[in-house]
Amino acid sequence: MAPPAEVLAVRGLSKTFPGVRALDDVDLTLHPGEVHALIGENGAGKSTLIKLLTGVYRPDAGDITFQGRKVSFATPLEAQKAGISTIYQEVNLIPLLSVARNLFLGREPRNRFGMLDVTRMNREAEEVLGTYGVRVDVRQPLRTLGVGAQQMVALARAVATDARIVVMDEPTSSLEPREVETLFSVIRRLRDAGIAVVYVSHRLDELYAMCSTVTVLRDGRRVHHGPLADLDRLALVSTMLGRDLGDVREEGATKFSGDHQAADTRPVLQAEGLTVPHKLHDVSLSIRPGEVVGLGGLLGSGRTETAKAVSGALARSSGRITVAGVPLRGGSTPAAIRAGISLLPEDRKSEGIVPGLSVRENIALAALPRLSRFGLVSEARVDSIVDTFVERLRIKASSPHQKVGELSGGNQQKVLLARWLAMNPKVLLLDEPTRGIDVGAKAEVQKLVDELAADGLGVLLISSDLEELIEGSDRVVVLKDGAVVGELTGDDVTEDKLMRTIAGGGDPAHDAAKEAATDG
Amino acid sequence: MTATKTDAPVTTASDEPADATAPVGSARSERLSALVQQHGALAVLVLVSIVASFSFDSFATGDNVSNMATGSAFLAIVALGMTFVIVTGGIDLSVGSLFALGGVLAAWGSRHGTLVALLLPLVVCGLIGVVNGLLVARSRLAPFIVTLAAMLGARGLMLAITDEGANTYLIGKGSFLAELGQGTTLGLGNPVWITLALFVAGAVVLRRTRFGQHVYAVGGNEDAAALMGVPVARTKIAVYTLSGALAGLAGALNAAWLASGVTILGNGMELDAISAVVIGGTLLTGGLGYVSGSLVGVLLLKVIQNIINQIGSLDSSYQLVVSGAFLALVVIAQTWLGRRRQLV
Repeated sequence: MAPPAEVLAVRGLSKTFPGVRALDDVDLTLHPGEVHALIGENGAGKSTLIKLLTGVYRPDAGDITFQGRKVSFATPLEAQKAGISTIYQEVNLIPLLSVARNLFLGREPRNRFGMLDVTRMNREAEEVLGTYGVRVDVRQPLRTLGVGAQQMVALARAVATDARIVVMDEPTSSLEPREVETLFSVIRRLRDAGIAVVYVSHRLDELYAMCSTVTVLRDGRRVHHGPLADLDRLALVSTMLGRDLGDVREEGATKFSGDHQAADTRPVLQAEGLTVPHKLHDVSLSIRPGEVVGLGGLLGSGRTETAKAVSGALARSSGRITVAGVPLRGGSTPAAIRAGISLLPEDRKSEGIVPGLSVRENIALAALPRLSRFGLVSEARVDSIVDTFVERLRIKASSPHQKVGELSGGNQQKVLLARWLAMNPKVLLLDEPTRGIDVGAKAEVQKLVDELAADGLGVLLISSDLEELIEGSDRVVVLKDGAVVGELTGDDVTEDKLMRTIAGGGDPAHDAAKEAATDG
Repeated sequence: MTATKTDAPVTTASDEPADATAPVGSARSERLSALVQQHGALAVLVLVSIVASFSFDSFATGDNVSNMATGSAFLAIVALGMTFVIVTGGIDLSVGSLFALGGVLAAWGSRHGTLVALLLPLVVCGLIGVVNGLLVARSRLAPFIVTLAAMLGARGLMLAITDEGANTYLIGKGSFLAELGQGTTLGLGNPVWITLALFVAGAVVLRRTRFGQHVYAVGGNEDAAALMGVPVARTKIAVYTLSGALAGLAGALNAAWLASGVTILGNGMELDAISAVVIGGTLLTGGLGYVSGSLVGVLLLKVIQNIINQIGSLDSSYQLVVSGAFLALVVIAQTWLGRRRQLV
């Protein structure tokens, strides 16, 4: 079968930002119906390439041929109109606008007076979203939907604009397995309709499940391209990282060492009967020093809410929390921090880092009250703490005074971790600590979690990455609909058992989705 | 944003992907909060008016209502433009000065006929709005500073035209312009009808046109709006232009009503307009707001002022105290509602 004519041909694309050669002489070819994996570590140039294709940036050199014609898009709108749509990692829609209005923004159906035809818009929105498995009241504001459903709306929007190419930048990073399967069926539909898909993801399972071809970027250059089947996982990872990873395991590829010794049998954290209206019902769990307890469950099962309730970020209507035998009084975050509970939040950008402040300032932020006397901060003590953690966590920054916003995602996460470690916590709550960071940084963060547990910290680990959860945790407490539905210990800590517990004893829909998601 | 369980029915067809929906919180409490946010001011207005009409014999009289309506009309037109600006997440402090400038320009232009008297303030104040919009959208300056500068500049311009306020231009009796400002139709002043027409048009534009969608989108999430192909800069320029032009028009109508271009008007009017918009349920952070709410907000401020006047024994200075306290209460209630709905 002769390959159909290419829909996109990129030749010698280059882009330089002040001080950084972000993209250097990169080629990319897409054919109709091709699902093309675009991979590389953070900073490899994936985002830059995508932004050049979609009209956010203009290239310094090189040209883009789209459907046989040389193009130069001045704005994302032009790219969209020409037929290149993008869905971004973080859902980029308008939360306060209704679902239907988001879906149709910019191409609303209008009546003969030029006014929006709201009835038709809502009806069509319901029809379109129905084919994506999203059944909601489309007149409600978008923000009332879960992240997964929002992502589906973004996808429906991208595809509906008569796209010839759909670029997906880590579309699954906030989806649960069932939603991933929905996404995959949509991608298959696009593929069969002759639409080319550029698929960016850090999840190797997904790449091998969906993609036929691959382009690997490293340091702004293309280091590999061709059929994905020609490259096994280990080869893919080492190509991406540019070094032989003897220590990358054939399977799993996580950096957890396995079981930790729970030296003390007395729990460092004990939470009993946590209840938050509409969110948590009577959730109890305990963590011993040196133990990593995983929190399993689907998106929306109450994992994040549990961590937030423990840390005081979410007001609980009932429940008791004891830290090292001392009951925690009051439900506030400062009280929890003083007692030794630190939360690394799920959403780095909005709940964690202050991008405009330096590495040093970000690390010292929470510890400032401890580092100051009479309101004056001891610079020397700050320096010593910052130096300790930059070294210990292997934070890669040009200096402690570099702005955190300029660091890669992995290093931002380490800065956040350092901030909380500077508080000398007894319990560390990690909510998706490796989401959206590259493979190398992921391995390092996983190793750090191991080391911290070995130092005697109690760790609560939340992760949508099942491998990470299984291999990182000594025990896994499983949540469903805001309540504990099971606990896995010892040899029972396996993906299979976890899926069964979540599904409540073998719901085939979940198993099927899981198999599809992991099927290499 | 996090998802919680829902009691919505899961309808999964056999050959279709699984249901990917997970609404946050209960839909009913969400709708109730939204209702209170949108119509809370109206409920208070009705309540206050009922209490006032039982307490003061002269409150619910035709004359008093008609006076209040006319007195509200000019601020309402300014608040209409302000609503558009605030929904985009901006603010326009220049409207008070533009109101005064518009009035003076209309009175000055009235010697050349009604058309000039109306077009001159619209064009001049609209152009100042364009400059505001350009500086906010293209030069990316803070709306607060840009419109503060315009507020000073426009007042200076107005003083220059009037020889530092020494010269008050009059509008001739019996002209069409005077009729527009002073005449009545069906028992209500003409400015009231003009205001109502403008609000109907404004509501249609905001809710039923693409431009209106763009206004909400820019205020809801500017970056996302840009990526979704919304012309962000053009939308911003448009709302500041609209706000400037409407402030000029309000000033012109006010001058027609007073039969002269009074130079001392409009001081602090921008703050009244912002108060009315916020009281009406529009979020100062943008992305959510209602034209009808702003009208209710203006009326509420006016009714409170009227009640204090009715009490008589109260010094009218207390109007400001009550208005201020009221605004604080509304903002507290809004913030509380917003947190409930996880808007802020």
